[in-house]
Amino acid sequence: MSILAKHGAYKQAYDVLRASGVDPLNVRFDAVLSPTEGVIGGRKMILLGTNNYLGLTFDPDCVERAVEATRGQGTGTTGSRVANGTYGGHKDLEGAIAKFYGRKHAMVFSTGYQANLGVLSTLVGRGDHLMLDADSHASIYDGSRLGYAEVIRFRHNNPDDLYKRLRRLDGVPGDRLIVVEGIYSMLGDTAPLREIAQVKRETGAYLLVDEAHSLGVLGETGRGLAQAAGVEADVDFIVGTFSKSLGSVGGFCVSDSDDFDIMRIISRPYMFTASLPPGVMASTLVALEKLQAEPHLRHDLMRNACRLYDGLRAMGFETGPEPNPIVAVAMPDQETAVMFWKMLIEGGVYLNLALPPATPSNVRLLRSSVSAAHTTAQIDTALDVFAETGRSLGFLTSGRRRAAGAL
Amino acid sequence: MRQGTQLAVVGGKDAVERSGQSMRNEISTIFEEVLGRPVVIGDDTDIVEDLGMDSLGVMNFVMAIEDFYDISIPLDRIAQIRTVVDLIHTVDDLRKGSAV
Repeated sequence: MSILAKHGAYKQAYDVLRASGVDPLNVRFDAVLSPTEGVIGGRKMILLGTNNYLGLTFDPDCVERAVEATRGQGTGTTGSRVANGTYGGHKDLEGAIAKFYGRKHAMVFSTGYQANLGVLSTLVGRGDHLMLDADSHASIYDGSRLGYAEVIRFRHNNPDDLYKRLRRLDGVPGDRLIVVEGIYSMLGDTAPLREIAQVKRETGAYLLVDEAHSLGVLGETGRGLAQAAGVEADVDFIVGTFSKSLGSVGGFCVSDSDDFDIMRIISRPYMFTASLPPGVMASTLVALEKLQAEPHLRHDLMRNACRLYDGLRAMGFETGPEPNPIVAVAMPDQETAVMFWKMLIEGGVYLNLALPPATPSNVRLLRSSVSAAHTTAQIDTALDVFAETGRSLGFLTSGRRRAAGAL
Repeated sequence: MRQGTQLAVVGGKDAVERSGQSMRNEISTIFEEVLGRPVVIGDDTDIVEDLGMDSLGVMNFVMAIEDFYDISIPLDRIAQIRTVVDLIHTVDDLRKGSAV
C-alpha cells in the first residue's frame, strides 16, 4: 500500500472518469495557434475555455516587449525579491497597477493563487475573523488555512447571512475581513457588492474583493466589479491576477491601507518564492496599457459573452444567472456531462468540464469563457456544435426549455 | 476543539444529560430536514460515514445547525467534528461564548 492510498476515493472517481475515454483534467494541446484557436489530437479547436478575456496572449506589442525584456534582462530572476532584489519591472508594474486602480500601494506576486495566500494569511491573524463566501475559490480557502484567523463561511452571495454572522461576533475583539469575488469562476455570477459594502460599513469590517475574473471585464474603465457597483471607496483591498485578461501570469494586491508595505516582510508566499521574470512583467505592463487604451476590447468581450449566453438559453440550456464572459451550462448528471464535453471536442470546441467538488452545489458544468478575440462566426459555430450535440444526446427538446440542473 | 469535559463543570452531570438529550433530538430533526429522510443517531454516530453525507450535505447541515443555535462554527472546528457527541460539545461550547 502506498503512502498515497489515503486518496483512494479520488483515485477511484478519476479512474471512472478516465474509463469513459476522457481525461478532462489532463488535456494536451498539440499547438495553441491564437487566443481562440488550438489543436488537440490533430483537430483544430475553437478555444472557449481559457479565461483569455481580452485575447492579448498573442498581441504583437505584448510579445515584442516580452522578448525585448527577456533578451535584455534574462529569462528569470532566479529567486525572491528579498534575496535577489527588485528589478525595474517589479516597481514599474506595481506603479502601473496602483495608478490604474487609483490606489496608493500595490504588491505583485508570482501567481494569483499566491496573491490570495500571501494577502489573506497576512491581513488577519490569531484573534481575527475571516468571513468567506461559501463558494470562494480554492486559493481563498487555502490562504485562510495558511494564517491563524478563525474562518467563518457565509452563504453564497447572501449579505443578510454575512450580516447575521458578523453580528454574532459583537463584542468579540479582533478584526474582521470579508472576502468576496467580483465574478465567481464557475457560474459567472457577480457578488452583490453594494449590499456587502453596506454590511461592511455597518459592522466595521474590512472588505477584500478578488477581481481575478472581473479585471478588464467589468467597470467603466475595466477595474472590475467594485467600479461597476460604485463602491470602490468601501473596498479596502483588491486582489487579482495577470493570468486572465492580461494574458500572462502573476497576481497583485492594491490598497490605500497605511503600513501596506509591511506585508513585504511578513507575507511568506511573497517572500519565499521566485519573483516574476522580466519578460512576463514587460508583457503585463503592455497589456495593462491596452486594457486602458482600447475599451473596445471590453465591449467586444461582452458582446460575445451575451451572444453565447443568449444563444445557449434560447436553445433551452440551463446557464448561470447572468451574462458574463464565464458562461456555464448545467448538465443533469456526470455521464451526460462527460459525453457532451467529449462530443464538443470532437465537434471542434474546447471548454472546461467542471465536476464536483470543484463546483458549487455539486452541479456538473460545461464551463465556457469567452474572449474579445472570438469572432462572431466562432461564437456561432460553437452554438451550432452545442445544438447538434444537445440534439444527438436527446438533451434538447425543440422549443421548450428543459431544466438540466439547479442553477 | 475544547472537549465536553467543560460541560460537566458548568452544568453538572444531570443538566448535561438533559441538555444533551434535548440537543440530540434537535440535531436529529435538523439532519432529517437536510437529508430529507428519517435518521437514527447516537452519540457515536459518524456524521459523514454513518449518515452518508457528502461535503455539500455537511456544509448545508452545518449552516442549518448554525442558524438554529444562532452560532457560527469556524472551519477549523468543523474539521474536528466527526461524531454527534463532538458536534454537541462544539455547539454547547460556542453557545456559551467560550469559543472566541
